[in-house]
Amino acid sequence: MTAREEILRRINVALAGATAQPVPRAYRVAGELDRDGRVALFRRRVEDYGGVVLESAAPGETIAAVLAERGARRIGVSPDLDEALLPVGVEVVADDRLTPRQLDALDGALTTCAAACAETGTIALDGGPGQGRRALTLVPDLHVCVVRRDDVVETVPELLARLEASARAGRPIVLVSGPSATSDIELTRVEGVHGPRRLVVVLVDRPPA
Amino acid sequence: MRELAARSARPVAFPSAAEAAVTDEQTRTNVRLAQDTIRARRVAVAAELDDWEALRDAGAALRDRSLSRLRDLLPLLEDRVTRSGGVVHWARDAEEANEIVVRVARAAGAREVLKVKSLTTDEIGLNAALERAGLRPLETDLAELVCQLADERPSHLLVPAIHKNRTEIRDLFRERLGLEELTDEPRELAEAARAHLRAAFLRAKVAISGANAAVAETGTVCVVESEGNGRMCTTLADTLITVMGIEKVVAEWRDLEVLLQLLPRSATGERMNPYTSLWTGVREGDGPRAFHLVLLDAGRTRALADPVARPVLRCIRCSACINACPVYRQTGGHAYHTVYAGPIGAILEPQLAGPRGQPGSLPFASSLCGACADVCPVRIDIPGLLVHERGRVVRSERQGLEGASLRLLGRVFASRERYERAQRLARRLQRPAVREGRVRWFVGPLAGWGSSRELPAVPPQTFREWWADRDRA
Ligand code: SF4
Repeated sequence: MTAREEILRRINVALAGATAQPVPRAYRVAGELDRDGRVALFRRRVEDYGGVVLESAAPGETIAAVLAERGARRIGVSPDLDEALLPVGVEVVADDRLTPRQLDALDGALTTCAAACAETGTIALDGGPGQGRRALTLVPDLHVCVVRRDDVVETVPELLARLEASARAGRPIVLVSGPSATSDIELTRVEGVHGPRRLVVVLVDRPPA
Repeated sequence: MRELAARSARPVAFPSAAEAAVTDEQTRTNVRLAQDTIRARRVAVAAELDDWEALRDAGAALRDRSLSRLRDLLPLLEDRVTRSGGVVHWARDAEEANEIVVRVARAAGAREVLKVKSLTTDEIGLNAALERAGLRPLETDLAELVCQLADERPSHLLVPAIHKNRTEIRDLFRERLGLEELTDEPRELAEAARAHLRAAFLRAKVAISGANAAVAETGTVCVVESEGNGRMCTTLADTLITVMGIEKVVAEWRDLEVLLQLLPRSATGERMNPYTSLWTGVREGDGPRAFHLVLLDAGRTRALADPVARPVLRCIRCSACINACPVYRQTGGHAYHTVYAGPIGAILEPQLAGPRGQPGSLPFASSLCGACADVCPVRIDIPGLLVHERGRVVRSERQGLEGASLRLLGRVFASRERYERAQRLARRLQRPAVREGRVRWFVGPLAGWGSSRELPAVPPQTFREWWADRDRA
């Protein structure tokens, strides 16, 4: 008997007579806030975990300022990033299968996101337009993420509903809530371990793509 | 090495291990501080959600439902992962799982393998198996790294180095990483770990992770973490191997909307942990080129077969029960001598390990105060299951001296004549042990129990004897 057959047989024996009960889902799914309320909450929650949030009518300029302030001169982007978001005055490197070492040599990464969740201050990346592959937003030490106000939902169930189609299509998803952190030293949250130590969210109105 | 006592050498009983632990003042202080911090944070973020109790109901029910449908969900998960280019392996026990991992890692040409903190791989003793095969496991989670450098076992599900404070970690890093200038500022310690591991991440060939959950209908594997080491391993390695207990599977994508609220709030007291990675098989041009999912039984079907104990498999390893436990507070995690410490360990370990190989004392390491059940996000009745496990231990020990004495006692108590004869006998036997009306020392099997206890002596005259004498007078 293969291990697979054996384990499935054990399960069959163990569960003889067991029935599947329905799942009560009385928890909150839809939020109640309007768009401004959601954006304000999202902002507070990202800041609460050490991220920086900027509102912008002219994203290209805001992003250029963000990068200049942080001394970032070479930044990586996904090759399909909307040109309107490209900052002037910095070297933009398209991530065309850069090696991990090449990514490590960048000063930062600039991406869009799939959606964001206000309640938890989370941004979701699913490899869609402008988001690049997972390594791009992981290896460089600074992540600047452009979030459309319309893409901010209130609750976690709303966020996951937005990502369901990507999951079904087999696309990898990453949820990011603030900069990399650890609670391993005396259970106190310390920001900045292996992931980007600085996270900057730029809120925009018009669809970047 | 960090080979675990529970699964290898002779089991260590909780009372003797705890005795050593409670005298380690530093550990107790560290554990108390950490417990207080985390408790306060958990309460605050759970209270933020007014539907917290409804989420717990859903969490308990969806875990139960998934468990009762394991027979269908596991092949479904296998199918989805395989269709996305992953390879699924099945392992009946720890040994089989270790063999699979070693084989895959070797075939990938690795000599060093990166590891994301995973209780399941601790449980099966994977690091030791890798070392025996000439492969070097490198723990990448800060607390696991601390344990690996200190050559100590993890003492907490979530924060394996909870027993160490910042100064102790600094000293360890100074000594083992050669960083003499390091201070005990947590930020600097984190920075040291970042610098130490970065090169390893960038050259990663093979990485090994556990999984917090897997969604059968989409084939999605989920890893929840904070530092980014999980993302590094699941993204940068050429080959990714994930070892997952079969109980971790859930049916639907939307089950994650419940678990991803319950877990971070119960575990680290955060609204959401910094990073959650979700992936299905392999993705061309993004992440590892090969993905292997090892589905592990190792005692899970045994727990599944016990309808009373089955809910223990709901556990999402958040460690809230450990942080709430007054016994753990005093002893720390090492006293349990098991991978899973605290209340959850006391009910999970005996199930996973089966009738042999497990200290029978663990389910007794609790005052049944119920603090654990109050916080458990998937509503496991931990005190109820502790009593269940105690019952199993006691039944299996019926044959021993304790069982024989209890049967004898039953006979003595059943007849007045036998009872009075026993009293007279006890009065004679106790004589050398009595001081000031109390029995102060014990011999034979009672010696251990009596080392810190005393009993009132059987009085020279009982009430009945006095009454009878009074009539005669
Ligand atoms: S038993 Fe409950 S509280 Fe304890 S670790 Fe498991 S899920 Fe968390």
